[in-house]
Amino acid sequence: MACVMDTGDMDRAIRRIAHEILEKNRGSDDLVLLGIQTRGVPLAQRLALALEGIEGSAVAAGSLDIGLYRDDLDQRPKMELGATSVPVPIGGKTVVLVDDVLYTGRTIRAALDALADIGRPSRVQLAVLVDRGHRELPIRPDYIGKNVPTSRSERVSVRLVERDGEDGVVIESREAT
Amino acid sequence: MNHFLTIEGLPADDLNGLLDDADEFVEVLHRPIPKVPALRGKTVATMFFEPSTRTKMSFEKAAKALSADTMSFSPGTSSLSKGESLKDTVLTIKAMGTDAMVVRHKATGAPWRIAEWIEQPVLNAGDGAHQHPTQALLDSLTIRQHFGTLEGLKIGIIGDIRHSRVARSDIQAFSTLGAEVTMVAPRTLLPVDAAVFDATASEDLDEVLEDFDVVYVLRVQAERGGASVFPSLSEYTDRYGITKERFARLKPEAVVLHPGPMNRGVEIEGAVADDPRALILDQVFNGVAVRMAVLFRLLGGESNE
Repeated sequence: MACVMDTGDMDRAIRRIAHEILEKNRGSDDLVLLGIQTRGVPLAQRLALALEGIEGSAVAAGSLDIGLYRDDLDQRPKMELGATSVPVPIGGKTVVLVDDVLYTGRTIRAALDALADIGRPSRVQLAVLVDRGHRELPIRPDYIGKNVPTSRSERVSVRLVERDGEDGVVIESREAT
Repeated sequence: MNHFLTIEGLPADDLNGLLDDADEFVEVLHRPIPKVPALRGKTVATMFFEPSTRTKMSFEKAAKALSADTMSFSPGTSSLSKGESLKDTVLTIKAMGTDAMVVRHKATGAPWRIAEWIEQPVLNAGDGAHQHPTQALLDSLTIRQHFGTLEGLKIGIIGDIRHSRVARSDIQAFSTLGAEVTMVAPRTLLPVDAAVFDATASEDLDEVLEDFDVVYVLRVQAERGGASVFPSLSEYTDRYGITKERFARLKPEAVVLHPGPMNRGVEIEGAVADDPRALILDQVFNGVAVRMAVLFRLLGGESNE
């Protein structure tokens, strides 16, 4: 088990991503952050706080559950549905999807489908804390906390104070878990 | 959960889990595009051997909102009228390819029988005077949305409890979720085995009316012999109807539910049914959400085998 980010690394990454979002979008007007259930949600809230800290004005942050849009429902154990809560209408806005780990890209594909049923944003961008590679779909993130090269046999697990009682990103080999 | 046949024996955690999912489906149903791809490629057969408008349409709408296909069956126009047995009908529809069967039948236990013949999930949409589990879920959801919880609420179920599958399922769900249920009806419409119900019984509505947070009005069911067990409809209305006068005596925060279809002017006065504290149309809306929750629970995710 290797720790690739600690709480300080995560904070700095989130603050840097906040700056990048502001630079790319020339401010925070018309931004809506949507965290993908489950660990994307607290990350989106942290990012919203960081943006507010820099710009001085609040940024809307909500949550998106993509359980109903997965293409592998038949192959997964049943999961409880999480909340989808979109704080403002997203039509014409810039939506930043926020997730903890980007891997195959299938979650993001599902999230894009879910977004299309909710509204028509003018732009959609993607922020992830960790990009571990191994994409199976043509999806790339706009903002990356850390690139972590992995093998498919490894597991990247992001822990967040809000859910897990501690912050950190660790890589485990599947055999060991 | 392989089938969804009855409320009996479902623990509070399971009921609340389904209601939590239903809350998410309420959100889905409020989206600009109220449809999700979760059950794409699945087929749901609705088999109503007894007439129904709202339950059948509600299940079909729920299946379609999950992107499942639906097949429907109505006995009047089917080979049942040519004498085909229930089992042959079920096996025929199974052979066409269906992933779940939603069954309503006048015979108690019919959905259990069908569940023995096929391996696909069977959903009970009402069997005889026995169970109507999705109705109990939608009623529980409507009450939970309004009050936040059923814990500690006093719920009066008024009317033909003896012949009502809605009452049986509701009493089980409401009491499991922590409410205190009172059955109110003339003796002829109280269950013969009232003692086995998790509820108290009263024959005098006016005596208990003011205790209730929720007044659940049952339909007078002429088709189940309802009209033959009290002297006249107007006497029933006099003693058990939710009139404007009785409505005015309820607690100010109390609400009124009715499973439909209503006999306006018999068990409920029109003005009461149209009052904002009558949640009857919320019940109808929530029916779609809870049926989505049950279909998704049975058909979404890894198969049970």
